Amino acid sequence: MIGSPTPRRRSGGSSMFLRMLLRSALVRRGRSLAALLAVVVAAAVATAMMNLYVDAEAKLRHEFRNYGANVVVVANEGEPLPADVLDRITSTLGRDVLAVPFAYAVAHKADGTSVVVAGVDLDRVKRLNSWWSVTAWPTAQNQALVGVRAAAALASNGRPIDLNFEGRQRSLVPVGELRTGAAEDSRIYLSLSDFTQWTGVTPSSVEILVPGSADEVTAAVKRLSTALPTAQVRPVRQIMEAEARVLGKTRSSLYASALLIILTAMLCVLATLTGWVLDRRRDFAIMKALGASERLVSGLFATEAAALGLIGALIGFALGAAVAAWIGRANFHSAVVPRFSLLPAIILGSMAIATLSALLPISLLRRVQPAMILRGE
Amino acid sequence: MFVRLLYESFRRQKRRKLLAGAAVALGVTVTTAMLGVATGIGDKINQELRSTGSNLLVTPKDDTLDVEIGGVSLKPPSDGAYLNEADLPKIKGMFWRNNIVGFTPMLPVNVDIGSTRGSAKTELVGTYFNRQLQFGKEKFTTGVLATHPWWKVAGEFPADGSADVLLGELLAQRFNVHPGDEITLDGKPHRVAGVLSAGGTDDGRAFAPLALAQQLLAKPGAVRRVYVSALTKPEDELARRDPKTMNPQMFDRWYCSPYVQSIAYQLQETIPNSRAEQIRQVAQNEGNILSRIKGLMLLITVAALLASALAVSAAMATAILERRREVGLMKALGAGKIAVAVLFFAESTLLAVIGGTLGFTLGAFLARQIGLSIFNSQITVEPVLFPYVLALAALVTFIGSAAAIRKAIRFDPVHVLRGDA
Repeated sequence: MIGSPTPRRRSGGSSMFLRMLLRSALVRRGRSLAALLAVVVAAAVATAMMNLYVDAEAKLRHEFRNYGANVVVVANEGEPLPADVLDRITSTLGRDVLAVPFAYAVAHKADGTSVVVAGVDLDRVKRLNSWWSVTAWPTAQNQALVGVRAAAALASNGRPIDLNFEGRQRSLVPVGELRTGAAEDSRIYLSLSDFTQWTGVTPSSVEILVPGSADEVTAAVKRLSTALPTAQVRPVRQIMEAEARVLGKTRSSLYASALLIILTAMLCVLATLTGWVLDRRRDFAIMKALGASERLVSGLFATEAAALGLIGALIGFALGAAVAAWIGRANFHSAVVPRFSLLPAIILGSMAIATLSALLPISLLRRVQPAMILRGE
Repeated sequence: MFVRLLYESFRRQKRRKLLAGAAVALGVTVTTAMLGVATGIGDKINQELRSTGSNLLVTPKDDTLDVEIGGVSLKPPSDGAYLNEADLPKIKGMFWRNNIVGFTPMLPVNVDIGSTRGSAKTELVGTYFNRQLQFGKEKFTTGVLATHPWWKVAGEFPADGSADVLLGELLAQRFNVHPGDEITLDGKPHRVAGVLSAGGTDDGRAFAPLALAQQLLAKPGAVRRVYVSALTKPEDELARRDPKTMNPQMFDRWYCSPYVQSIAYQLQETIPNSRAEQIRQVAQNEGNILSRIKGLMLLITVAALLASALAVSAAMATAILERRREVGLMKALGAGKIAVAVLFFAESTLLAVIGGTLGFTLGAFLARQIGLSIFNSQITVEPVLFPYVLALAALVTFIGSAAAIRKAIRFDPVHVLRGDA
């Protein structure tokens, strides 16, 4: 049948091949569907796990950004930060970094109590330090955010606080209370423009949130140091080290889980497809009895299995991407975007496993005489 | 008769039973390992998150306002109130003592640091480095080694009983001092045991054993603040409520949960005249990250469960469909549908129990290995889970077999025996 010399008979042979493929899929619909289901589930699980593995780290890194700044620029002692420090930072690191300047001064109340007053860009600090618990943010001029301890010590009870900085008086209206559990609780925060207008003091430190991995942050620190030679640029090690540790461990756990799950799914496909082929040993015997060569029969089963693998992979990929997106939405409140670069790997993997699990039982059957199978022994 | 049938079925079809049993065992192994990892990862990551530093700060209740800019205190050091060092070991007697990873007292003093390069007024902080303490009969060590794991020291940490100092790297640069050199504090010579790189304001300070700082300040037993690092549970609705508004039952539940708020409350009870607050930057964010990772692993475990359930079902279905002729023969000999079904279910239950036991053992071992290789500490799978995992395995094999058994019973014995079906 195969390798016949005339082109006409060859085309007849290939159309017969296709017809057998189609009929076997349609006639034994239940069994084929069960095999397809196994491939779909395996492909879906593999897709979901790989998508999550790639994306979960980025998602978790995003969570770590909520710890606030990971790079700090501090003025050297006795040397103010250059006036264009913010422009220099954005021109070196790009627009998507969040840089927040902080300016500090010590002011006094009429009774002699000293308090630290800080000037910040309130909109930016709100984005940078999301853990700040604030009752209300200042919106108008001379409104201030007062730390809980400062509020208790100054005993303002909501009345304006009169403060004196080097002879310049200012009356601040406390609109909100700030609670962080750290040094911020003892300070008064107002907008940077109000602050400089009152005290004339310029920012002494800039806290920067650089997105990206540890290497990217380290590179950013290096570039900033060259751009700002008169200031100290330091990474916040406390946060960066914890981030690296937690992300590393989570990645390893995810990897181990993904490996286990994908292995199980593969074995599931192997078991189902082996059963599927063994179930059709009568077809196999009849074909051989009718004179089909071993290669042709193996080819037929392998093609069927590969087609199953392909279709299963396509459906499974769509399903798996949906599952990953759902997990992303449920857990991280932002969808995991499907990675189409994974598709070829999934297709190739499914087809390889499906073909392998079809050929395995064939090689077992090959040793058996067709007559024995047909007699039902 | 029934028992003999069951026995013979296992004795004569060893290969087939072995395959089905292996499928069950594999499914249970993966499920158990994933359950172990998913339940254990919370604790492990919580430990790792402690490297972000302390999440609680204890200060004197009647303290005056801190006047601090860029880590430099401008408040006169004699000003304000202190905690008593003798009260600190009581922290290990609290309800949630086992959740306290460590605590570190701090006492800042302003001193004149001098070397051959001249001298300057600087802040020296007295603290515990790795101090051994005792509460009741229990001995434990605590200090910056436990609460500030990101500190890197060239040279070594000063011994807690010594009069050595640890110099921040900015100070060391300024005075050109190296580990082993000598500096003077208020005129008296002290050895520099190490140079500290902390990546923050601490780089501009000097650190010394607490006793030395108390001596310099002439206030024995005084402590300005205590940093506490505790393992906590992510905050929920109950955690955020004010304990004063709770009824006694709810208060007990709140008090007995390791929320950062309830640990702060207990610290305040334990240390007289103190005020304990969560450091929101650390406490709030770690709760978030912890629940994200736990949620992720939980969802993945569900996926693992589903995949292994399908694998087991598929294997069982294949095993039963292969035995159609046997069913046909039994029915031809007069066995009822129920008798056949009961036999098959008994077989699959037996398989589930054997495979499940084996799988649980293997899975527990696998979880342990995963824990050791990733977290350097074991993940133990609670033996309490065993009956549940077994029940799950039985259920899955049941469901996997049910469809195949129904199909096998439905066939006409004549067709099956002739081999037409």
